[in-house]
Amino acid sequence: MAVEAKMIDIIVEQLSVDRDKVVPGASFVDDLGADSLDLVELIMAMEEEFDVEIPDEEAEKILTVQNAIDYVAKIQG
Amino acid sequence: MKRRVVVTGVGLVTPLGTGTEQTWDALINGRSGVGPITRFDASDQASRIAAEVKDFEVEAWFEKKQAKNLDAFVQYAVAAADIAWKNSGLSITDANVHRVGVITGCGMGGLPTIEEYHTVLVNRGPRKITPFFIPRVIPNMASGHISMWIGCKGPNLTQTTACAAGTHAVGEAFRHIAYGDCDAVITGGAESVICPLAVGGFSAMKALSTRNDEPLAASRPFDLDRDGFVISEGAGMLVLEEMEAARKRGATIYAEIIGYGQTSDAYHIAAPPEDGEGAARCMAAALRDAELNPEDVDYINAHGTSTPLNDKCETQAIKTVFGAHAGQLAISSTKSMTGHMLGAAGGIEAAFTALTIHHGAIPPTINLQTPDPSCDLDYVPNVARSQKVNVAMSNSFGFGGTNGVIILRRFT
Repeated sequence: MAVEAKMIDIIVEQLSVDRDKVVPGASFVDDLGADSLDLVELIMAMEEEFDVEIPDEEAEKILTVQNAIDYVAKIQG
Repeated sequence: MKRRVVVTGVGLVTPLGTGTEQTWDALINGRSGVGPITRFDASDQASRIAAEVKDFEVEAWFEKKQAKNLDAFVQYAVAAADIAWKNSGLSITDANVHRVGVITGCGMGGLPTIEEYHTVLVNRGPRKITPFFIPRVIPNMASGHISMWIGCKGPNLTQTTACAAGTHAVGEAFRHIAYGDCDAVITGGAESVICPLAVGGFSAMKALSTRNDEPLAASRPFDLDRDGFVISEGAGMLVLEEMEAARKRGATIYAEIIGYGQTSDAYHIAAPPEDGEGAARCMAAALRDAELNPEDVDYINAHGTSTPLNDKCETQAIKTVFGAHAGQLAISSTKSMTGHMLGAAGGIEAAFTALTIHHGAIPPTINLQTPDPSCDLDYVPNVARSQKVNVAMSNSFGFGGTNGVIILRRFT
């Protein structure tokens, strides 16, 4: 739950979107208006916030809010 | 057959105000935009004064997410272009979308961001560099963003000729329309580098005024006690348009652009030759392009930086070109009020020159208290002058020894 709340904060901040749009199934590109550079910066913000390193091949698979929450929850164990 | 080119829109974001009227009002009333530097702690700098843009509300133009990925020079450029475009009354249609271009000037681009991310690089490594670093710092992002803002798909160029960049941009825009490459061009200059690296760098060259205790009196072009320029920022944009089309649609025409000259000194990285030879050839080239005699010119918006060398050499160059008529010219340096906007200066001063013709009012050179024997022309000291101006010239000279001059005429 802590991961999810923090993640939503980051997404709201980075993509300047309304909080109620940041639902688990939301796609960063299709629903939240991110372009490829926004995605890179979003991943960097996640790395910063959760103190993790996300390799590029993993980052490419993070397409939705749920993907991001699941990934961070998994590597934080 | 060259086509005639007119100015139909003006947009200004300057230390004197955001908006054309605000800036012009300050200019004609002789108000200085210079003050202590507030952007960063300048206490260890030799020069601790600047002309900062103060009343710019970024949210009036950009959403938060977009604003954070735009350096100030791009924000100012887009805002000034937006004001100028609305002022022109033009709109993009299927018929003109490929015929409207953007040509701007910028000396340095996003230096404050380079400074910020160099620190990130050194302290935290390359993986912490934002993907928006490059799009924020490259100087042509101003013209790029203007094209996206307006939706125009013609030529898109940026001049990076230091303090002459804005004038070279306007000159090239003039040519693009005259020779048929475009029917309208949004042009001018933008700059924002009031940051430790730029202030420290110009200070190391002894280029900046250190009159830190008297900021309002620091920019004093042609005055005996001048001691350097005052760094400034902002943007000045114009909409240039093919004359017949502008007339047909009933546009307000501020002035016509009739001449453009460009030369280099081939002399020194920063200093002009004592006799202002390159500047003189540049003014002469613009006069030839305009098919005018020196006696036809009424007013010069001088480069007039307030450095000891520029003002003396520019005066000498004017005398070389204009001979006896030099004494009849009204000359002023609006940098006495705006400070030196570097790559934006030529854009802002082209706009001022068009407004001078339009309003029949010449802005003064403020802080001209003690005459310098080597600067002995009529610089419109301290008080604006009501005067009909038919032909006016705007000078810009940049580091690297590059010069640009444009000539404007009252439209009839």
